[in-house]
Amino acid sequence: MLVAVASLTLIATLLGLILGVAAKRFHVEPTEIVAELEALLPGSQCGQCGFPGCAGAAQALAEGSAPVTLCPPGGPALAQALADKLGVSVSLGGMAEVVPQLAAVREEICIGCTKCFKACPTDAIHGAMKQIHSVMREACTGCGKCVDVCPTEALELIPMPTTLGTWTWTRPAYA
Amino acid sequence: MGFKDLLSNIRLSWGVHPEGHKDLTSECGISDMPMSERLVLPLAQHIGAPGRVAVAPGERVLRGQVLATASGVVSAPLHAPASGRILDIGDYPVPHPSGLTAPAIVLEPDGRDDSVEFTGCADPLALPPEDIARRVAAAGVVGLGGATFPAAVKLGLGKRNPIHTLLLNGGECEPYLTCDDRIMRERAPQVVEGARLMARALGASQIVIGIENNKPTAIAAIQLASVAFPEVTVRALPARYPMGSEKQLVEFLTGVEVPAGGLSAEIGVVVHNVGTAAAISQALRSGEPLTERVVTVSGSGIARPANLRIAIGTPVSDVIAYCGGLKPGVARLVMGGPMMGMILPGDTVPIVKGSSGILALTADEIPAGDPSACIRCASCVDVCPIGLMPMEMAARIRAGKADTAVDIGLKDCIGCGTCAYTCPAHIPLSHYFSYAKGSLAAGERSRLKNEAVKKLTTARTERLEREAQEKAEAAARRKAEREAAKKKAAEQAAREAAAGSEGVPA
Amino acid sequence: MMAATHSPHAHGGKSIRGVMTAVMLALTPVTLWGFYLFGWTAVWIWTLTVSSALLFELVCLNLARRGGPASLLDGSAALAGWLLALTLPPWAPWWIAVLGSFIAIAIAKHAYGGLGQNPFNPAMVARVALLVSFPLEMTQWVSPTPLFSGTGLGPIDALEHVLFGEAIPDALTSATLLGHVKAEASRGLDLLASVPALGPGLADGIGRHAGSLGETGTWLILAGGLFLLFRGIISWHIPLAVLTGLAVPAAIGHAIDPAHHLSALHHLTAGAALLGAFFIATDLVTSPATAPGRLVYGLGIGLLTWTIRSFAGFPEGFAFAVLLMNACVPVIDRFTRPRIYGHGAAQRSAA
Repeated sequence: MLVAVASLTLIATLLGLILGVAAKRFHVEPTEIVAELEALLPGSQCGQCGFPGCAGAAQALAEGSAPVTLCPPGGPALAQALADKLGVSVSLGGMAEVVPQLAAVREEICIGCTKCFKACPTDAIHGAMKQIHSVMREACTGCGKCVDVCPTEALELIPMPTTLGTWTWTRPAYA
Repeated sequence: MGFKDLLSNIRLSWGVHPEGHKDLTSECGISDMPMSERLVLPLAQHIGAPGRVAVAPGERVLRGQVLATASGVVSAPLHAPASGRILDIGDYPVPHPSGLTAPAIVLEPDGRDDSVEFTGCADPLALPPEDIARRVAAAGVVGLGGATFPAAVKLGLGKRNPIHTLLLNGGECEPYLTCDDRIMRERAPQVVEGARLMARALGASQIVIGIENNKPTAIAAIQLASVAFPEVTVRALPARYPMGSEKQLVEFLTGVEVPAGGLSAEIGVVVHNVGTAAAISQALRSGEPLTERVVTVSGSGIARPANLRIAIGTPVSDVIAYCGGLKPGVARLVMGGPMMGMILPGDTVPIVKGSSGILALTADEIPAGDPSACIRCASCVDVCPIGLMPMEMAARIRAGKADTAVDIGLKDCIGCGTCAYTCPAHIPLSHYFSYAKGSLAAGERSRLKNEAVKKLTTARTERLEREAQEKAEAAARRKAEREAAKKKAAEQAAREAAAGSEGVPA
Repeated sequence: MMAATHSPHAHGGKSIRGVMTAVMLALTPVTLWGFYLFGWTAVWIWTLTVSSALLFELVCLNLARRGGPASLLDGSAALAGWLLALTLPPWAPWWIAVLGSFIAIAIAKHAYGGLGQNPFNPAMVARVALLVSFPLEMTQWVSPTPLFSGTGLGPIDALEHVLFGEAIPDALTSATLLGHVKAEASRGLDLLASVPALGPGLADGIGRHAGSLGETGTWLILAGGLFLLFRGIISWHIPLAVLTGLAVPAAIGHAIDPAHHLSALHHLTAGAALLGAFFIATDLVTSPATAPGRLVYGLGIGLLTWTIRSFAGFPEGFAFAVLLMNACVPVIDRFTRPRIYGHGAAQRSAA
């Protein structure tokens, strides 16, 4: 009995020591991982994740206080990349339902003030003073910053339209 | 399954024998369908970049006039099937399982059939090879077997790889379809001439025409038409699905496999469909572009099954009406064959260059039974022509691991549907693979977009910094200038003051 | 507007129920022959096993909410019960049948996730569990007491025997060939002396000797197996490999030491070898997916069966062999993947 207790205690102590040493020895500086995560994020500082910019989001990801699916513009591809970096598993099922958004200009209301133009983090809005602006679909991340600054509410977010090029088969229903 | 199948199993270890249903239309000669009142011509009827619109709404066009030009290396022009007026250019429903719309040109034929002047060629075989490819490209011919790859692009493959053999695909292994069979029977000289034209363009020294042995009349006709040409051989293929898949055909007729992810041209072989060959011969002789094709209209749900020559752009509803309409109990409309064809969400879509068939299938003809659990019977493994393990790929995709399905060959899947056809548990295997391929492609698109966005934001940040810096520099410069000016002014003033004091006394 | 349905828009018509029905059809002659040979007790044992298997299936399907009666009628549970019944002693008591069905359906099948998910052959798991738990009941064999011959029990007496488990009359008890050989060998007698004592008719092919309910009618099993082969339900690889894996070492052993090793023909016709080769080893769920894999798997079963029969404590080793090879199936599948078209060095020379 005593031998058993003693040996188990010994084993536990040894294992604890190994774990402790390993934790110190292989410690990853949090700043490194935050920088790496921030490098993965789009960097548009759009704030859709609810954190102050991509750096804040990276910090939260590193601390584990935010899910890897936090970034709507990044979509499932980014979530997977973040999960791989953090070594966590991720279920992308829920993300597929989040339809990517796109800014659209209501041309009849636009006064060509260029405010949205200046606010856009990806330079996705083109146009000039006193001209109707238009959104480049390829560059727009749907962050909505332009919607916030538009004085005439000429900008709105619409779901990214599906085209023949982006349509895919849905997951088969299964009995 | 009987003893005969057991034997053929030993020779060919893949494929299935779907019920042919070809007798519905195999004796229906090709007849012309009258021109519709309205044609809808999608800009993307081929693999590659959609055509660039060359006409405007309201414009009157002539038959054979270019409606859209090829835009890019892999593209094909689109021509007016009839003279008439352009009603609209906009988004219209196209043949696609999604039911989505795509840019199309709407043409209202005026019934006068005025055409542009065609420059034909009495002896196209005397044309230089580049000229053949150029004329094929100008005629807008694409692969009429259903793949719709621009034919001229494939004829240019001889420039990069030495091509020794042109294979002509007369397999037509899809059930119901008999349009290629009829073309071979009725237009054999054209098929053979088209093949010889393509071989000339490619620099191929031999032509092998493969025809499934369930089409003896077609084999005889092509043999007769090619008897004078020693470079042409006709080979009977075992009737077995998917014998007409390019990879299977190449392997069966040449004994060589197409390298994974590569083109058959890499092993010196190019495959074209018999219908494409006939279209090329016709286009070069008459100079008329491709504006019509032969379509098999069949299935138990069609009142009068037929093989029709139909103008591209004709609405499917008109085709069905011309064939006597639908019988009661039609459960599904399919464009193409039942194995790889696509479901049509409606009958308003037009016939396009790749439409080999319109099938109205009744409930008896389509798969019945709900999917149940996989019993690992491995029927799918036995029949897969590519050597994949469909059940395992589907299990991985079901578990949300599409990326690991790629490791066991998802990208090699040709989507022939043989696995789903044979599955006793009715598991939609082909659907799983399309879903996984689609979601992987979507992931790739979103990854590319993320990268592009990152570049844009970096560029913007740099630009803003640069602008700020420039502004600061400009401000500093201005300040310096201002100060210099002030100093100068002060000096001037001082000088003037001094001069004044020294100057003329008041 | 029709929903987006993926191609193919045609189906070959194979169904799970069709596959299971074909197998049951193939089993019918040998089962009826078993009924005739072993009389009414065999009929009751078979009925009890199959009906309890269906009952447990229904209960498990309901508990796991895995589809309703449609799944019950797919035939997989009935077939598992049927196969188990064929491997039971024909005069076994009722609880052997019911417990066997419970093990096969509830534990070996549904505990792993139901149809298609079980790594081990349910009937064989049940048989092995019964054999090691109740060696006495599982090895009480009787000589054939054909129906209408007056030697066996009437329907009512037989039911009483099955339900109340009365002792089998000594006059009827007998031993299987394999059991006899094992017993004699343990007494130090060699086969040259003991096998002729069993008399002729052992390998006569119609099974007039002691054994499990459905394993003695050699020719009928062969006929059923060939039926499945021609219907394309099973491939030839597994039966051929099992029989080869059993016959080759048996022939070698017999040639070297006929005093301690039965001949290949004895091995092939005795015990569950034939029934197993065509109906048990070929179980779709628990066998490998490719032809080379099936050959490896079958050879392993044959070889292990011979090894267990010849050197282990149990007279019959087929069930153990199947379970051992079942465990290897994932590995076999992994290493016998078909070559994917266009990959690898198999680019044959151009024509």
